[in-house]
Amino acid sequence: MSKPVTAPVTADIPRQPVDWLPVALPLIVAVAAFPLVGNPWTWLTLTIAGLAMGMIIFTVSSGLMLVFGLMDVLNFGHGAFIALGAYVGLAVLIPLTPWVEATSVLLNSAVFALALCAGVIVAGVVGFVFDRLLIQPVYGNHLKQILMTTGGLIIVEQLIRAIWGAETVSFNLPASLRGSWLLGEAAVERYRIVALGIGSAVFLGLLLVLTRTRIGLMIRAGVENREMLEAMGYRTRHLFVGVFVVGAMLAGLGGVMWGLYLQNFTASIGAQINVLIFIVIIIGGLGSTTGCLIGALLVGLTSNYVGFAAPKIALFSNILLMLLILLWRPQGLYRVVDR
Amino acid sequence: MTTHAPAPSFIRRLLSGDLPRSRILTVILIAIVVGLVVAPFLVPGARSLNTSAKILIFIALVASYDLLLGYTGIVSFAHTMFFGIGAYGIAIASTRMEPGWTALAVGTSCAILLSVILATVIGLFSLRVRAVFFAMITLAVATAFSTLMSQLSEWTGGEDGITFKMPTIFQPAYRLFEEPVLGIVINGRILSYYAILIAVVVLFLLMLRIANSPFGRVLQAIRENPFRTEAIGYRTVFYRTIASVISAVFATLAGVLMAIWLRYNGPDTTLSLEIMVDILLITVIGGMGTLYGAIVGSVVFMIAQTYLQDVMVLVSKASEHIPLVATLAHPDRWLLWLGLLFVLSIYYFPQGVVGSLRDRARGT
Repeated sequence: MSKPVTAPVTADIPRQPVDWLPVALPLIVAVAAFPLVGNPWTWLTLTIAGLAMGMIIFTVSSGLMLVFGLMDVLNFGHGAFIALGAYVGLAVLIPLTPWVEATSVLLNSAVFALALCAGVIVAGVVGFVFDRLLIQPVYGNHLKQILMTTGGLIIVEQLIRAIWGAETVSFNLPASLRGSWLLGEAAVERYRIVALGIGSAVFLGLLLVLTRTRIGLMIRAGVENREMLEAMGYRTRHLFVGVFVVGAMLAGLGGVMWGLYLQNFTASIGAQINVLIFIVIIIGGLGSTTGCLIGALLVGLTSNYVGFAAPKIALFSNILLMLLILLWRPQGLYRVVDR
Repeated sequence: MTTHAPAPSFIRRLLSGDLPRSRILTVILIAIVVGLVVAPFLVPGARSLNTSAKILIFIALVASYDLLLGYTGIVSFAHTMFFGIGAYGIAIASTRMEPGWTALAVGTSCAILLSVILATVIGLFSLRVRAVFFAMITLAVATAFSTLMSQLSEWTGGEDGITFKMPTIFQPAYRLFEEPVLGIVINGRILSYYAILIAVVVLFLLMLRIANSPFGRVLQAIRENPFRTEAIGYRTVFYRTIASVISAVFATLAGVLMAIWLRYNGPDTTLSLEIMVDILLITVIGGMGTLYGAIVGSVVFMIAQTYLQDVMVLVSKASEHIPLVATLAHPDRWLLWLGLLFVLSIYYFPQGVVGSLRDRARGT
C-alpha cells in the first residue's frame, strides 16, 4: 500500500540458518526404498500413494499440532472430529447418490465439495462445544486433559454408533474421481492426486496464514511463549478457541477425505487414526507446521513401502520410524516449543 | 483423627501404616472384604461367583494402574497390554505344554519377563523425551500389540481366543470333600476363587507397601512437581520408569489370575479398549492415588456392570416406541454411559469416593 519510509536496510536481521535435513528426509526414504521395491513403476505408484496418504494424515494432524503447540492441550479426542467428518461425508454422499453416480464432472465435484464443507462445518461446531465442555474446565492440567478428552472421544464415537449404526459402512467415490490414470506403467489413482492437491492447499494456506497475517503472528508468538503474549496485552483465550475450532474443522475436512480414501470404515476410525496422528506429532516436533507435514509424509511413505515389501512388519513400521527419529532428534524434527 | 480408636499395631504394619483414615471408609472396606470372603456361601450361583472373582481381579488390576496414574501422575494406555500379556502367557503355556502347575509357572515367568522388558523400553524411551509423550506412545504400542495378538492366530487363537485347561484342583469337576460344606459343594471353581482371593490380598498389600515406602513418596513428589523433585536430586526418568515397570508386573499378574479364572483368553477379555476405559473409570471413581479406591471402585463398578446392563435391556425394551431413548438405552451403548460417567466424575468428583470420604473425616 505505502512505500517504506526508511531506506532499505542492506544488512538483513540475522536469521537462523534453515535446517534442510528434515525436509530432505522423505526424499531420502523414497530413494532408499527404491532397491527394496525393485520395479520402478511399482515404486512410483507406491510413492504417489504414500504421498497422498501422507497429505491426508497431515490435514487431520495439523489441527492437533496447532492445538498442542499453542494451547499445550493434549487432545486425545481429536480422532472424534475425524470420525465425525467421515460420517458426515457419508451422510451427504449417500442421499445424493444420483450426483455421485452422474457422469458430469461438475455434479461430481459439487457433491464432493458439499461433503467436504459439511464435514468441516459439523466438526467445527462440535469442536466448539468440545472445547467449552471438555477442554476449558481442565485447562493447564495435562493429566485431566488426557482423561477428559479420552472420555470425549468415547462419547462421540458411541453417539456415532447410535446414529449411524455399529456396522462397517461403505460408500463410493464420485464417479469422475474413481479409477486411475496410467503414467507409463504406473497406475495412479485419481483420488490420490486430488488428495495430494487438497493437502498441499491446506499446507500452503496454513503456512501463509501463520507467516503472513497478524493472527498467524500471534499464534506463532503464542506457541513460542504464551506468557509473553499475554503480558503484551493479547487475549490468548479467544485465540485458543479460534485455533481449536479451526483444528477441529481441518480434522473434519481430513475426516471426509480419509473416509473416502478407506471407503469402508466403522466408528472406531477416529480412535484408529489417533495413533497415527500422535506418531506424526511426535515425529514432527510440537508446533511446527513443516515438521508435521514431513512427519505425515514419512508415515505415509513408510506405510506404503513397508506394506508392499514386508507386510509382516507393517504393523510396527510407524512405531519403528518414530523410534528412529526420536533417537536422532529427541525433540522431534523441528524444535519450536521449549516446554 | 483423634476420635478414631488406634488400630492394633499388627494391622497398622499389615497395611504399611496407610490406614483408611475415615470411619465410613473403614466400615465399607471391612464389609467388602468380609463380603468377598463369604461370597461363595452367601450368594451361591455361577453368575455371582463370576462377578466376585472379577471384582477381585480388577482390584489388583486397578490398584496397579493407580500406582501409575494416581501416585506417579502419568497416564498409560498400555495397561491392558500388560494385563493381556499375563493372560496370554498362561493361555499359550497351557495349550503348548502339558496343562498343569509347570505350565502356570512357565507362563507366568515368561509373561513377567516380557512385561518388564517392554515396560522398561517404553518408559525409558518416552519418558526421556517428554513425560506427556508417554500416554501417546503407550497408546501406539498397545494398539500395535493388540493387532499383533489377533494376527498371530496360530498361537493366540486370533479374534476367537483360546480355551485351555487348568491344574486338576482348579477344574470345575474336582471335589475337595465328598460332602457339601455349609450347603455348598467345594469344587474346583470355589478353590480357584479362594486362590485368587489370597493372591489379590497379597498383591494388594504388596502394592500398599510400595506406595508407602520412601520410593512411593518420591513418586508422589514427582506427581506434585517433577521439576522440583528433579532439583532435589531424584532422577525423575528413572523413578517414573521403575514405577511403570512395577505397575506393569502387577498388571501382568492380574492377567494371570484372569486367565486362571476364565480358563479362556481372547482380545475382548483382556486387550480391548473397553477394559482400558473400565480401568480408567474405576481408578477415577474410587479415588486416584489412594489404592483403597481400587477396592471400592471395583465393587461398585462390577456390580453396576453386571446388573445395570439388565436394567438397560429392560429400559430399551420398554421404550421401543420412543426411537432415541431406545437407541441410547440399548445395552450396546453401555460404553456411551461409561464415557459420560467418566467425564462427569473427573469434572465434579475428581477426588473419588475414597478421597471425598477422607476429606470428610478430616473435616474439610
